[in-house]
Amino acid sequence: MEKIILEILSDLQPGRQFTESSDFIADGYLDSFDIVSLISELEAEFSVIISAADIIPENFMSVDAMCELVKNSEKV
Amino acid sequence: MINFVTQYLDASAITYPDHIAFEEPGKRETFKSFREKSIAIGTGLAKAGMFKSPVLVYMRKGVDCLSAFMGAAYSGNFYTPVDVSTPAERINKIVEVLRPKAIISEEALLENVGELKHDARVFTFEELAAENGGEALIENALSRLIDTDLLYVLFTSGSTGTPKGVAICHRSVIDYTEWVVDTFKIDQADVFGNQAPFYFDNSVLDIYSAMKTGATVNVIPEKKFTFPIELLKYMVEYKINTIFWVPSALCVVANLKALQAAEELPPLKRILFCGEVMPNKQLNVWRRHFKDALFANLYGPTEITDVCTCYMVDREFTDDEPLPIGKPCRNTDILVLTEDNRLAGPDEIGELCVRGSSLAMGYYGNPEKTAEAFVQNPLNLCYPEKIYRTGDLVKYNECGEIMYLSRKDFQIKHRGHRIELGEIETAAGAIPGMETVACLYDTKRSRIVLFHRGKAGREEIFSSLSKKLPEYMIPERFIELEEFPYNVNGKIDRVKLKDYL
Repeated sequence: MEKIILEILSDLQPGRQFTESSDFIADGYLDSFDIVSLISELEAEFSVIISAADIIPENFMSVDAMCELVKNSEKV
Repeated sequence: MINFVTQYLDASAITYPDHIAFEEPGKRETFKSFREKSIAIGTGLAKAGMFKSPVLVYMRKGVDCLSAFMGAAYSGNFYTPVDVSTPAERINKIVEVLRPKAIISEEALLENVGELKHDARVFTFEELAAENGGEALIENALSRLIDTDLLYVLFTSGSTGTPKGVAICHRSVIDYTEWVVDTFKIDQADVFGNQAPFYFDNSVLDIYSAMKTGATVNVIPEKKFTFPIELLKYMVEYKINTIFWVPSALCVVANLKALQAAEELPPLKRILFCGEVMPNKQLNVWRRHFKDALFANLYGPTEITDVCTCYMVDREFTDDEPLPIGKPCRNTDILVLTEDNRLAGPDEIGELCVRGSSLAMGYYGNPEKTAEAFVQNPLNLCYPEKIYRTGDLVKYNECGEIMYLSRKDFQIKHRGHRIELGEIETAAGAIPGMETVACLYDTKRSRIVLFHRGKAGREEIFSSLSKKLPEYMIPERFIELEEFPYNVNGKIDRVKLKDYL
């Protein structure tokens, strides 16, 4: 799952070193438009529905956090 | 008689001295303190002998930026804000056109200012704000100014890679502000939630209608827009009741289902938008949650001072219907001209052209481009009269409202920003090893797509463009082609390219 999420991220921003950041949000890597695309990619790729209440910075700060988010989201 | 926008501030500082004029987390200015700061900035500029000169404001977005703008206005100068996150290479193109006499920046940004090629005098905001005793200097400067002198120059994308500076005078902003305040009945109890960057002219509505009426502008931190639930919480906390946002910001909130999930909704009375097409699908989500709020679709390019038509949403629309852009604003005339310069009849498509006090004085330092877009009204052969040709194709619907159809050229609107695809192509084409490039806009997914051929790889293109273009102009998809399709004239076949999207 981690690998796929990293791929999705590098499609969004080719060449950006996502592995070097421990907090994508604080480091300014992701803006609102990235979050919108990211959510639709994650939902499509892992067949889940991410609830609006889960769209908070803590769930998008790292690849690990996104893995947790996907695991805890409702399956379609 | 109001001739300068500074008179709005003078009056509000007397009528509502202790009312909050502008605020952001951790900082607030009353009308009295805001005016004092602006006068101090103006004093510093006037003492340096600057008058009717360009002032580049190179500061992070916030309340202090606004004092810098007003300082420029009080001293009879005009301001140009730039986005500090824009690469120096592009800001240098703006500097080259504007040739600022002064740059107002912050201590923390002086290193970046050092990267710019300019011959301006550099001031820090802090040093200017410490000036005093300049009321007489300010009075003298304004006594030599007239209302068709410039207030600001805002830069928009240019197809050859050189941004165009739209020069707007005091008269145009006053003409616009009076309409906004009367139409939307803004008063001192209102609180604007500002989203528009200050280098984008949507911010003119927030800033000047508040300054005229004594209302408050809350400058919402940009980061709040990334997580809409937090954004809504912020708006509740600051009692924001009026917003004028770019549609893509409203769409993000709707798409992420934040309105459904929020514990409490802000007390919104007016929801206005402008800058690109607002889709009814997302607008309907907003309308379901704010049944009593006024919704208005505004339309206009920077060249006519933000807005020239308005549609007050007064009926139901299905998700796939387009929203009208409405009717001309007060003291504005819209001519829909056919290719042979006739007024378009019912169901006929024409170019939207504008007549009014709202027209820019032209493109700063660019008489050629000015002459192309600001032309003699072809329907008036008797005396000089300018109209602005927007390049937008429109037609009237059965209610007599104007419907936006498309562009005449390769300009696009992305996240509310006006972008010439040619500017991106010019930047991408200059990357070493690049052979052929073409840029298209994928309207369905709202993203910029770059087709490329040559030795340069995707990562190299991305990092190179990031150094030349502002973030909103960076393509979001890169498609490498072995061969480009060409049409009979030997030009890249853009219609065929669309099939690859």
